[in-house]
Amino acid sequence: MKIINAVKKQIFNILKYFFLIFFALVAVVPVVSCVFTAFKTADEYQTTSVITPPSNWLNFDNFVKAFQTANMGRAFLNSLIVMVFVLAVSVIVGTQLAYVLNRFEFLGNKLIRNLFLFASLLPSIAMQVSVYKIMSSLELVNHLYGYIIMMCGTDVISIYIFIQFMENISPSLDESAIIDGASYFQIYWKIIRPLLRPAVVTSCILKGVAVYNEYYCANLYLMDKRIRTISTSLYTFVGPMGSQYNLICAGVLISLFPALVVFILCQKQIYSGITAGAVKG
Amino acid sequence: MKWHKTRKGQQAIVIVCFVTVPLLLLMLFTYIPFGQMVQYSFFKMNYLTPPDKREFVGFKNYIDVFTRDDCFKALKLSAYYCVGALFQLALALFLATILSFKVKGGNVFKGMMFFPYLISGIAIGFIFKFFYTRGFVFDSILQMIGFDLENLPYWLKDQRVNNWSLVATSVWRYFGQNMVLFIGAIMSVDAELYEAASLDGANKLQQFRHIILPSIKTIVTLNVILSITGSLSAFEPPYVITGGGNGTGTYFVIMNEIAHVTQKVGLASAMAVVLLIIIFVCTILQKAFFKYVFRDADSTDESYSAKKARKSRMRLGRKESGR
Repeated sequence: MKIINAVKKQIFNILKYFFLIFFALVAVVPVVSCVFTAFKTADEYQTTSVITPPSNWLNFDNFVKAFQTANMGRAFLNSLIVMVFVLAVSVIVGTQLAYVLNRFEFLGNKLIRNLFLFASLLPSIAMQVSVYKIMSSLELVNHLYGYIIMMCGTDVISIYIFIQFMENISPSLDESAIIDGASYFQIYWKIIRPLLRPAVVTSCILKGVAVYNEYYCANLYLMDKRIRTISTSLYTFVGPMGSQYNLICAGVLISLFPALVVFILCQKQIYSGITAGAVKG
Repeated sequence: MKWHKTRKGQQAIVIVCFVTVPLLLLMLFTYIPFGQMVQYSFFKMNYLTPPDKREFVGFKNYIDVFTRDDCFKALKLSAYYCVGALFQLALALFLATILSFKVKGGNVFKGMMFFPYLISGIAIGFIFKFFYTRGFVFDSILQMIGFDLENLPYWLKDQRVNNWSLVATSVWRYFGQNMVLFIGAIMSVDAELYEAASLDGANKLQQFRHIILPSIKTIVTLNVILSITGSLSAFEPPYVITGGGNGTGTYFVIMNEIAHVTQKVGLASAMAVVLLIIIFVCTILQKAFFKYVFRDADSTDESYSAKKARKSRMRLGRKESGR
């Protein structure tokens, strides 16, 4: 009986690792094949199979060439500018809104919450049909600041994360500050804002990744080559260069490198952010 | 005392200050366009038509959505994505369960499966164009395990398989994210319950059925419903990989084309409104469904806590008899 149990356990263990390894490979193989190809010279790419590793792992020519052809230096700068502004605005506006909605009972509180909730149901791609018209009548198309303003306006998830977090900050802190003579602005700035910091970090990482990867609107509103962001700079490889996959793979890898670094450094926050955002949403 | 110095007055000031900007942005980029979209859907117009030249066509655009071949066919494609999404949820739940037990290198596995979620849609497009190209990654792997290239279809061209290929990329991208979500939910289950269960001799399958599943029922149902609305608005895989060619154009791909390429703004708006109505109906059904589930959950919760109490009592009893 004991032997049978031990065998059962062993089989269960083997199956467990088999499935884990299999699906981890499924997740990784498409990217790894890109890594292989990105290090290959044009000749090597033509003659070897795509799943054989490159002969020289230090051949960075493709990366350099991809970086230059797609003007990725400029694109990184643009993406950085967009991210800094969008994150700054959405953190300030989001924490302020969460503070007001969570702490004060006022006419319209429920209405505002519902307006944001309802907005989260509208798929943004469908909305672009008429947002485009507004953007062009406000002359915001083809300007980096126009894109930034639009990206600030379509933010719901982080407001939820803030409101949820606010619920765990005791209102007695506010009250004792009021007794000490603090104004509501001071309470927001000196008590709430510092206490919200973990939520701010979480939402910045999530929102940061989303902004960095956003390409539909970037493609729609930033046509000019000089204001392309990282994700739209990859469009350079569509068309005449469409079959030089060693170059394309290098470009793709450059574009996902920052996301990889952030992921390795902030795994915990990313996971907790995803869980937090989902429970409420 | 002046009005703005009172506590109520101060509150009003801070509320107005902190609410104005977000509401303004919300109006400008969500509700005004929403209103306009509904309005446009009754007109025949493009982006440059001045307001007085727009031609009022009544419900013609809506009739077109259901009678035009491209629009309606596209709506049917979401069935593929729906199947994919359900498979994705089942897979995520399965892997989350495995990972919630003791696993060596669990974090590495988790990280590897989650990472695709952080790759931009356009990069995924390139990765999978490369992956599926004739004789490239996927074909090479299949050949390695014994398939003959002659018998393999063109993954992105052959209309029998190409939609499945695209759905697979979407599953690839999101299953890790779903898994992390489920792991979070499973972890929030009281660890004592597992202990008690294994002391009672419950095997893993029983643990899954009686402990894990009931406690994450809510989040699973929520995700099932979200994935149904999500598959109606499937957009990225076909948009970036095939451009909607060869019968892969989903509803949003067609809508995007109608709006921004052929500039039939009225028709595109009608398409958007139709989809929104479908999504609302789904959401309302979801609310109703949740009410039903929660009514049900109350009774199961009771037996659930009763079970827990029984288990801890039994454990106590065992300890005592051991002494």
